[in-house]
Amino acid sequence: MMRLPRHLTDPLLRANPVTLRILGICSALAVTTSLVTALTMCAALIFVLCAASGLISAIRRHIPQSIRLILQITIIATLVILIDEVLRAYAFEISQRLSIFVGLIVTNCIVLGRAESFAMHHPVWPSVLDGLGNALGYSLVLVIVATIRELLGAGTLLGISILPIVAKGGWFVPLGLMQLAPSAFFIIGLLIWAIRAARPEQAEHPDHSLISLDAKATP
Amino acid sequence: MDKPRGPWARFLARPNEDPVKALGLAGLVALASALTLSTAATALRPRQIANIEAARQLRMQAMVDALPGLRAVMEELGVTELETRLVDLATGQMLAEAQGHEPETATRDPETSIALPEDADIAGLERREAQALVHLLERDGAVMLVVLPVRGAGYQSTISALLALEPDLNTIAALTVTEQAETPGLGARIESEAWQALWPGRQIADETGAIRIDVVRGQASTPYEVDGISGATRTGNGVADMIRFWTGPWGYGPFLDRLEREGLG
Repeated sequence: MMRLPRHLTDPLLRANPVTLRILGICSALAVTTSLVTALTMCAALIFVLCAASGLISAIRRHIPQSIRLILQITIIATLVILIDEVLRAYAFEISQRLSIFVGLIVTNCIVLGRAESFAMHHPVWPSVLDGLGNALGYSLVLVIVATIRELLGAGTLLGISILPIVAKGGWFVPLGLMQLAPSAFFIIGLLIWAIRAARPEQAEHPDHSLISLDAKATP
Repeated sequence: MDKPRGPWARFLARPNEDPVKALGLAGLVALASALTLSTAATALRPRQIANIEAARQLRMQAMVDALPGLRAVMEELGVTELETRLVDLATGQMLAEAQGHEPETATRDPETSIALPEDADIAGLERREAQALVHLLERDGAVMLVVLPVRGAGYQSTISALLALEPDLNTIAALTVTEQAETPGLGARIESEAWQALWPGRQIADETGAIRIDVVRGQASTPYEVDGISGATRTGNGVADMIRFWTGPWGYGPFLDRLEREGLG
């Protein structure tokens, strides 16, 4: 069997953009109240990240250092607006529920981070794979969080009733907290803890050797 | 290496920090982006408008369903939706032909719209269409319900809504926000059912005919007041101004006056 390229598989678990680099948290909180919005967001991010990495990599030898960030942002913003327009034409109802969060992919650090740190220095094909890998790593976390939140918060998955809720004559009392943003923090926090417990090399080393009582601010 | 031939090859062969190349590349990327987006926006626009229109129809159906007893009246009359009429806003006269009227372009086109004087433009519209569509339900020549499409500037977006009036043309039967992009979690809550449920039964004008309807901070205390949303004062003011404008002399005022005076004629 052919082994999958490292660029594609690494960001899934070993270097997951959400759990290792703690990027893309804002949208991970906002769109994970239901699985269908999370999946749509994932599809949008996969498209933007692959296309942006590929395009930026294709012109990387001609991008002047002085204006590289502007060019990267222009390309990313174009792709984001494009996918937003497509969603509003073909998936109107979901695009209404995602409101501004598709547009906010522009500011998603994963996209610019991959453009700046990978696509600027690698050929097109590895860059696309790296983009795909990172987008899938992000999607994996989003799908896990959204599955837990929708199942425990509304008793449904993709809108189909799994745990019959009390309000409709079932036995399951939905956890209201799961529909609120903090629950996404808890779930992502637990995920990070589980991954870092299994893979201690991912744990961050303290920035200072002195013991400090102040909590370390995470960027 | 071969000497670069042709202007394009010479351009690419310039050092990356060369100002001509930097400006040229920025221009090319911007041009490609602009072309892609304008093509996509133009090609997808009809579908998007159709989606918005379908959503508006659904909201109107939902609004009609939510009004007590209205469905029964409609069933009795054998109709499934409201009748749509074209109204000349300045005279308040109903026009025969409603087909071919395009609300989307009529609001901006200088031929089909008028510029509003600054002191009358409380809804922040700048221009207003000369003719607008209204939706009616009539029984035996008497108006049962009037639905007026309204819009106005909110805090950060244009708010569109459907305002339904009872037969006295002064009591609000329902308000449904159909389009808005206010701050999520704050102003955007004008779209919530809980807030829209505050509107039915409110009065627009008092006995003297002065428009009194308002969105207030804290508790509403008169029939002309609706509770505002905390943290969304300007969105609330936008909704109030929108309703004042459209029920006033520059909006549907002349139409409502004529309807009250002459009936459906």
